Amino acid sequence: MIEAAPLRSSRGRDVWLQFKSHKGALLGCGFFVFVLCFVTIGPAFWTIDPQFIDVRTRNSGMSLAHPLGTDQLGRDMLARLMIGGRTSVAVGIAAMLLSLLIGGLIGILAGFVRRLDGPLMRLTDLFLALPLLPLLLVVILLFRDTLRATFGPETGIFFLIVAVIGITSWMQTARVVRGEVLTVKEREFVIAAKSIGTPAHRIVRRHILPNVLSPIMVSAALGIANAIITESALSFLGLGFPSDFATWGRLLFDATDYLQGYPSRVLWPGLAISLTVLSVNYMGDGLRDSLDPRMRGR
Amino acid sequence: MLVYTVRRMLVAVPTLLFISLILFLLLDLAPGDPTAQLPLTIPSEVKEKIRLSLGLGEPIHVRYLLWLQQFFVNEPLHLLSELTGLDLAGDRPRVISWQSRSPVVDIVVERLPQTLWVVGLSYVVGVLIAVPVGVVSACRQYSWFDQLGTFASMVGFSVPTFFSGVLLIVVFSVHLGWFPSIYDTTHRVTDWDSLLFQVRQMAMPVMVLAFYNAAQISRFMRASTLDNLNLDYVRTARAKGMPERIVILVHVLRNSIGPVVTVIALGVPTIFGGAIITEQVFKVNGLGQLLIISIQASDLPMVQTLTFIFAVLIVLFNLLADLLYGIVDPRIRYD
Repeated sequence: MIEAAPLRSSRGRDVWLQFKSHKGALLGCGFFVFVLCFVTIGPAFWTIDPQFIDVRTRNSGMSLAHPLGTDQLGRDMLARLMIGGRTSVAVGIAAMLLSLLIGGLIGILAGFVRRLDGPLMRLTDLFLALPLLPLLLVVILLFRDTLRATFGPETGIFFLIVAVIGITSWMQTARVVRGEVLTVKEREFVIAAKSIGTPAHRIVRRHILPNVLSPIMVSAALGIANAIITESALSFLGLGFPSDFATWGRLLFDATDYLQGYPSRVLWPGLAISLTVLSVNYMGDGLRDSLDPRMRGR
Repeated sequence: MLVYTVRRMLVAVPTLLFISLILFLLLDLAPGDPTAQLPLTIPSEVKEKIRLSLGLGEPIHVRYLLWLQQFFVNEPLHLLSELTGLDLAGDRPRVISWQSRSPVVDIVVERLPQTLWVVGLSYVVGVLIAVPVGVVSACRQYSWFDQLGTFASMVGFSVPTFFSGVLLIVVFSVHLGWFPSIYDTTHRVTDWDSLLFQVRQMAMPVMVLAFYNAAQISRFMRASTLDNLNLDYVRTARAKGMPERIVILVHVLRNSIGPVVTVIALGVPTIFGGAIITEQVFKVNGLGQLLIISIQASDLPMVQTLTFIFAVLIVLFNLLADLLYGIVDPRIRYD
């Protein structure tokens, strides 16, 4: 007698098998884990203080004491890259979570409650018609000083940047989730659940949410990439974190002033941003392929 | 089609009004005061007069309506009278930049050619690269060309333009010295030498943006072609004995370009936004750079106008994308 494997675990294994066969996704996943380790536990091993100014060793190239060299004030680039990456990745993940929360909520509401569908989708269209990067710059300019005064220079800007990126990037998630909810809603198991009198919130939590998880996961991966790029762009335009507070974008921006003398200093933060975003994008690609049943086995 | 176009245009009006209201309220309700930067030695009654002269004394809805009138009636009239030489506008008040004290629209018109040249050209180059690359990758799926193209497009939209631009400056300006790293706007093309210089100074910003655009469009082109390649009509065309070249270039391309045209049209306004960074990297004094300096100088009328122009572009190209889709794909009917 053939024993039927429990459905959930077999689906999980299918997804994992497909994900494993996507070389880029696997590499991207590995690299992203490496970046996470680099920025979280890296400073525990590389104990040079990123703020320590040692003017005598300023502008030095690669050496054993400073593997990536030092900047114009003699601060160690490797330590600054670690601490800057911590902010960049934290902003990326926090903004992604916020945008998923908003996008998922609006998508599920619009898909599930027919009365809200029209207004919420018009709202989404409206947000899609906003010029986002200019608006981000304007909002940061306008609210920077107030938040800085309330929460302190770093935390205030962190909240502001996470909030503006989250609020301006939820639209795609909302649209995809709404479409998915609309199809899942008409499936037999939802109708069955409804017929035995399951309250709406439990239908959403137990039956609909698990089934729309895959598009949410894909947009999570792409959301991290988008948020990291946006944060770096803001820092690069000089409207991000304060100048003594390292992030990858800020390091890149500061290094462009010394472009002619020390081009390698531009390279490291730039590579860090690009490779992280690349790995996250590959992860998203692999996730999309492996979560789509039509792609499986190809 | 005409009815659809008119209806869409009518829908665009409230959308734009709403966006303008959001922009107006955002700038108006934001903490901070345009007179806060003035020296403390100015007595408070003089400061109050300055506030009134900036038009800050009126209630908020009056100011919004006045701004609308200035933006939608006065400015187009002034622009028209400059173009035609007739005096249509009289002495209607204009939107004045706080930074330079000259009309906002004049400055925008001054800056527009640089942005259009660099951004527009890069978009054209990007599309010209992306469409063939996408089609060839789809026809030879999993070949080395496809692998390379897919990888390049992945890199293209993962590497932010502020890094690829700086990288190009390091390689081509600092090390090789082929191209100037700063865009010279005062340069006039009069003969072959100056044309060559113009081409050289435009090469890098155009390359950076073109690569970025091509990366995104070629992905769509590849996916769209792949969707079409396995359909019945392609098999029929091959069965009839059509050469592969005709099958791809006439049958498949015509059918798969539809969605891509939409993507291309939708991308135009985002390119204006993305060009903000590229203009900053290469010091092109276009619209994006104007936005940055006005933001840094808290020049609210300028920021308001520019952001609104970007919004108009987005709404306009959304409409254009939908109309183009109907033209490219005759099966789509807007009735």
